[in-house]
This record gives sequence, structure tokens and C-alpha cells, in this order.
Amino acid sequence: MFRTVNQPARLWGGLAVVALIATACGSTSATQTQTSSLATTTATATTAASVSASASASASTTAVPITCGTAPVVLNAYFETGFDIPFKLSEEFTKQYPNVTWNISQDQFTNLTNATPRLLVSDNPPDLIRLPTMVSLVKDGLLKNLDSYVTAFGWDKWPAAELLQDRVAADGTRGSGSLYAAGLNYSMTGVFYNKKLAAQIGMTTPPTTVADFESLLAKAKAAGLQPIMQWNASASGGGLAFPLQDLMAAFGPTQPINDWIFQKKGATIDTPTNLTAAQHLQQWITSGYFPKDVNAIEYTAANSRFVKGEGVFIFNGDWENADYDKNAAGNVGFFAFPSATAGGSLAGMSSPLTYGIAAKAKNADCAAFFLNWVATNATARQINVAIGGSNPGGPADLPIPPAAAGAVTNDSLAVGAQVSKANGAMDFIANSTGSIFAQGWTPELQKMVGGKETAEGLLKAVQAEYLKELSQ
Amino acid sequence: MQAADTSMPENILNRPDAQTDDRQRRSWRTSPSRKVRRQTLLGWLFVLPALAIYALFVLLPLALTVQYSLYRWDGFNVPEWVGLSNYRTVLTDPDLLNTIFNAFRLIFFFSFIPVILGLVVASVIRRSSTGSLGNIARTVLFLPQVIPLVAAGIVWSVVLSLSGLANQILTAIGLEGITRAWLGDFDTALPAVGLIGTWVLLGLCTLLLLTGMTKIDPALYESARLDGAGAFREFLAITLPSLRQEIAVCVTVTVIAALRSFDIVYVTTGGGPGLATMVPGLDIYVLAFQARAVGVASALAVVLILLIVIIILPIQWLGRGNGE
Repeated sequence: MFRTVNQPARLWGGLAVVALIATACGSTSATQTQTSSLATTTATATTAASVSASASASASTTAVPITCGTAPVVLNAYFETGFDIPFKLSEEFTKQYPNVTWNISQDQFTNLTNATPRLLVSDNPPDLIRLPTMVSLVKDGLLKNLDSYVTAFGWDKWPAAELLQDRVAADGTRGSGSLYAAGLNYSMTGVFYNKKLAAQIGMTTPPTTVADFESLLAKAKAAGLQPIMQWNASASGGGLAFPLQDLMAAFGPTQPINDWIFQKKGATIDTPTNLTAAQHLQQWITSGYFPKDVNAIEYTAANSRFVKGEGVFIFNGDWENADYDKNAAGNVGFFAFPSATAGGSLAGMSSPLTYGIAAKAKNADCAAFFLNWVATNATARQINVAIGGSNPGGPADLPIPPAAAGAVTNDSLAVGAQVSKANGAMDFIANSTGSIFAQGWTPELQKMVGGKETAEGLLKAVQAEYLKELSQ
Repeated sequence: MQAADTSMPENILNRPDAQTDDRQRRSWRTSPSRKVRRQTLLGWLFVLPALAIYALFVLLPLALTVQYSLYRWDGFNVPEWVGLSNYRTVLTDPDLLNTIFNAFRLIFFFSFIPVILGLVVASVIRRSSTGSLGNIARTVLFLPQVIPLVAAGIVWSVVLSLSGLANQILTAIGLEGITRAWLGDFDTALPAVGLIGTWVLLGLCTLLLLTGMTKIDPALYESARLDGAGAFREFLAITLPSLRQEIAVCVTVTVIAALRSFDIVYVTTGGGPGLATMVPGLDIYVLAFQARAVGVASALAVVLILLIVIIILPIQWLGRGNGE
């Protein structure tokens, strides 16, 4: 969800892992779509029968039968190194459609990002490719317009928020217009908590208002616990942007935040409700709710300290589910950050794992069929939940396959359902421009931790950086 | 070489007896000037692959960087000519100027301290431990040069973290009050990064200077001692002047290391907190590959190259002064 520099020089060991996770998240967010909507109403009742039933139902609605045919097809695909999901899905796809085989190239997300334009214009353009922010690619006509598939497969009946982040309008802003990519799944962010420590401070149910949450933080502090574990070192990017954006969405509407990320004309991050949010964050900092060395804590370090019991809460995303379930089995829960007022709508950052099709792709139909299959096939959806820990997307009436009993994934999927119901999905504020995270949010949040920046100054500085980058 | 190449053959052809006699012709073939010419050609042939690679991977990118710096370009769309406006940005944007300023602050840690300390350590090793102890000292000091900088950076970030070795030691000797996340604190991040540079470069300087010292005629020291000079006087009057060239090399290498620093900063602080440790090398990377402002990044790179040349040339000139 956050972007980390992934330098060409080879990094090894732990660093490589950090970079992988980080880029992955960065990437996911680079093009996000609002979420997870899908799940909405039917998240609960799930039987294999109902899954396959609805899957076949949606297949039958296909107006023009776009398939991979029966002749041998080799899909030319570019996947991101370090992420199992696309590989597992492609294997399963070939199992179900044996005439389709794969020619998969993989690279680190950053390298892939740099190469994407060249790959798309090459003589052997990818049928399927992991995408970074895609506005410039669309402007240059390098990506296939997927609108015809939207009608052919009935994607227009999916929750609209799901495909929003992958739409690009004629004026080059995201969030509306034609569809140019689709998500293999949809990640969800929120607040993870250490169940044991939460019980210790008397938290029996997730907080329902920001004030509730803040009183829990105060109790944790008074009990000598570390209230929040978070990362904020430059190497990983300013993780304080997570709670900040959650606070923004708690005190104000999500639409202006998305508009700002999508670079709509005249959008600003410097709004009165965002100022309230930043003031709360600053108050959390001065109250000592974050570790005092938070500016030196990197992403992996924050997670390992959290699973070791340092920190009641951590703001993070469901890509960490597998890790938390493995290293703190049964002790980690997840809730959506509460609204300012009880009963207010919930929100959270959510992003699609975005894949697109080259404008000149030779097997565009088959690739689109695969994207549709990922969202609608029962086995594919199960793989997505079991391995990715994320919402598989697709039609709202398809149930989400359950994760293992006691897994935190069940919590995060439920949150995804709540958030999408409230239409509270947002892209990440770190993704508005290519380096707003590295040059704007991260240094400014670090200054705030160091007592060198005010809530007001933070928003003004980031807005200035935003305008500067748009003009560069 | 060039002169020999062009003028010699002419001389040969002009020799009146050159084409008459078979015997002479044979000797003509192997005449020294012909040989020189052939050797010259052969020399160029040997150099050619390296030269081609150098041109392709150094000269061409350099020329392209200068070209890019004059455009506004995101890396793949059609570049837009903007003249010198990217340079204006580099020289007026306070954030970008700050990175250059940080690089200069790093010179103190990367260059000044290692050279001074290297002189002291080398003198001590030369005077007092010539045997195996000296070898061990040399090896230990040089080790940081062998360890990949990225690995060293990771280890140092652990050592300098809040619960790291540095703070454990400070706590053990009763200085708990000053413990902090050294790389995450606005006041200490840059010196902490600088310290890692000192650690890396001290061994290199020591070894270079030590090698230089072995070249100094021992008779000089002997006569100095007979004249009643102490160790310090000896150092000032003999060692230091004799090491002029070596010191120039040390300063050159370390100043360049400071100005173009990237790996240590990237691994340990990533330029933070705030922009407290942001250096031009890292900023060029961020600008080019994250902000996709290839033009500004290239302009900053060109400015950095010019700065390095401007600073290094006088050092080279001073270093050579003694030898000529």
C-alpha cells in the first residue's frame, strides 16, 4: 500500500523481503480501485453449491461468448516477482482450460513499472500485465479499452466502486470514464489489534467512534503498553499516512480524498476536515501513542515488533494476514477504523491488484476471459482468499469463500464488506503522484513526529509538493 | 604516440635506398619506426573493446544526461524542450539545494575525519607495530572496504536503532539519557550516516597512507631523530610532506564518495527523517524513477558532476605540485 524505493542495485536478505512487500503494496495502490465492494450483502452464507451456482449463472449472462476457444493459446503475461497469486491462478486456469498455456515473465515491481511502456509497444506485447498507475499509458494509447468486455461479461453489474480506480476519463483523470484494467483481487486496510493486549485494556468489541478509539489508546498508554506500533522510516515510506488517511475519512467524506488522488482539477488535500484529522494525529504523536523511534522503524520491523506483542494496534492491510496468522496465530484481530460519530459510515483504503491488456495484445479476448474467470470462478475465488487473503471481487451476489477458522482474513473480509456497503473505499493518499509519498507525506510526517511541523503546515506542504509535481 | 604514427612512415618512404635492395627492404620492414606504428595500431586494437564499452556505458549516458536535462520528460512520452529551466529549478528549489548542502556536510565525515584519523593510525602502525600485529590492524581496518555497503548499512541501522548495540553500550556506561534512534532523529541522522562513512573509508585511507609511508627513506627519520626531533615533529616535518600525493588521492576518493553517496543513505535512512539526510544521489533516483521528472533529475546530476569536478581539480593540482 505504500511505495518503497526498490533500487536497481540488488538488495539481499531481509531487505529484499521488505522491498518485495513494499513494492507490492505500493503497486497495488498505484492503481487502486475502490474496493471490495463485492462482498457486500452475501458475505456470510457460503456454500460450495451456491458459489458454483452463481458462478455459472453469471457465465450464462455473457451476451457475446468471449472465451479462449479450443485451439492452443499461449498467453503472454508479465507478473510481479514475489507474489504467488497470479501464478497460482494461471496454473488453475490451465487446469480448467488445457488449451491455454502461459508464457510468464516476472520482474520486481519497480523494474516492471519502468519497462511497462516499452513492453506495451513491443512486437510481442503482453496479453496480461501487472500495472502501475496507468494514466500516462492510457494517454499514449498503449492499453486496451476494456469497455466492450464490461458489457460482454456483465462487469457493469458488479459494484461500481470495484472498477472505479481502473477507469480513466478523457481528460486523463482516474475514477471515471472507460475501463483500462481490472483487479485480480482487492486489498483492504484497517486496524489490526493484539487480542490479548486489547482484552487487557478492556476492549471487548471494536471501537465505534474515534473518541472510543482514542480512549483505548489512552488506556493502553496508562497501562504501560505501546498503544500503536507503526513504521515511519523513509526506507519504507511514512506509515503514519495510514492512520492519517483513516482519520481524514472519519472526519470528512471520502470523495474529495479520492478526487485529490485521481488528480481531478482543483482538488486539494488542505481541507478543514483533513486539518482536524491531522490535528488528531499530531495529538496522538505528542501523547506518545506511537513508538518514540517511529521515524527509524521500517515496515518489516514494525510488523515483527507487533507480532511479538509490542503494540496494541497497528494500521496495515490484509496483505499481512498470512504473516500475522503464522506468527501470532489466533491473537490478531482486524477492524475498520471507526467513524467520528457512532453509526457513521466506515471507510478504508482499498486497492485492486491491477492487471491490464496491451492495446496490441494478440490474445486480448482470452486475457479478458481470464480476468472474468478470476472474479467469478469458485476455485479461483477460493485461491484468492486462501493465498492472497484478499477479497476476490466480482459480482456482489457471489459469496466470498471463507478463510481458515480463526484466521484474521475472516475479519478483514467482513470489514471489506462493511466498507464497500458504505461506499467508503479509497485509494491511498500516497498514490496521487509518483513521488508524493517520498517527497511529500513521508518527510512531512517525519517532521511532525520530530516536532518540526504542525498539522496545518503538513497539509500545506504536501499540497504544494502535489502542485509542484503535477507541473514538473 | 600520435606524432610517431603519422610522421615516421613518411620518413621511411623518403629514404632514397628504401625500395632498392631486398635486404634493405627486409630491414625496412622491421625498422623501429614501422614497429612503433604497428605497436601503436596494436595498442589501439587492444584498447578498442574497453574504449567501446567506455563510450557506450559512460560517455554516451553522460551526453544523454546533458541532453535530457534540457527537456521536460517523464521517461516515455514526447519530451518537451525547456532550455535551462531545469537548472533554474535545481539552483532555486530549497529542497534540492538542501540535498547539495547535505552532501557537503558529509565531506566532513567521509573525507576530513578518515584522512586525519588515517594519518594518525598509519603513523602509529608504522612506528609501533610492524609485525603480525600491524598486519592484523591493517586487515581489520580494511575489512569495511570488503563488505558490501548495503550489508554494512543494514547492520549499522540495527546497531544504531533504539534497542541497538550503540544504545546498549551508552546505557551500560550510564548515558541512558542521550540514547535515541540515531538514524531517526533530526539532529543525529546525518552525523550517524556520516559515521558509517567514516567507518567504511578509514581503512582505505590508512592503507593508502601506510603504503606511502613505507616509501619514505628511513634515513630521513634517522637524521631527524639525531637532530632530536620527537614523534610529532617527525610527523610534521617528514611524514606529512612526503605523503602529499597519497593524501591527495585519499581526499579525492573520499570527497567523491561523500558527494555522490547513495547506498549508505538509501539503506539506512532513505533520506529521512524529513529531508535531513537527503543527498543528491538519492534525490536523482527519486526524481527520475518515482517522480518521473527525468529532466530535473538529469539537471541535478549534471550539477553534481560539475561540483565534483570543480572540487576535485584543485585537490589534484595541489597533490601533483610536489611531485613535479
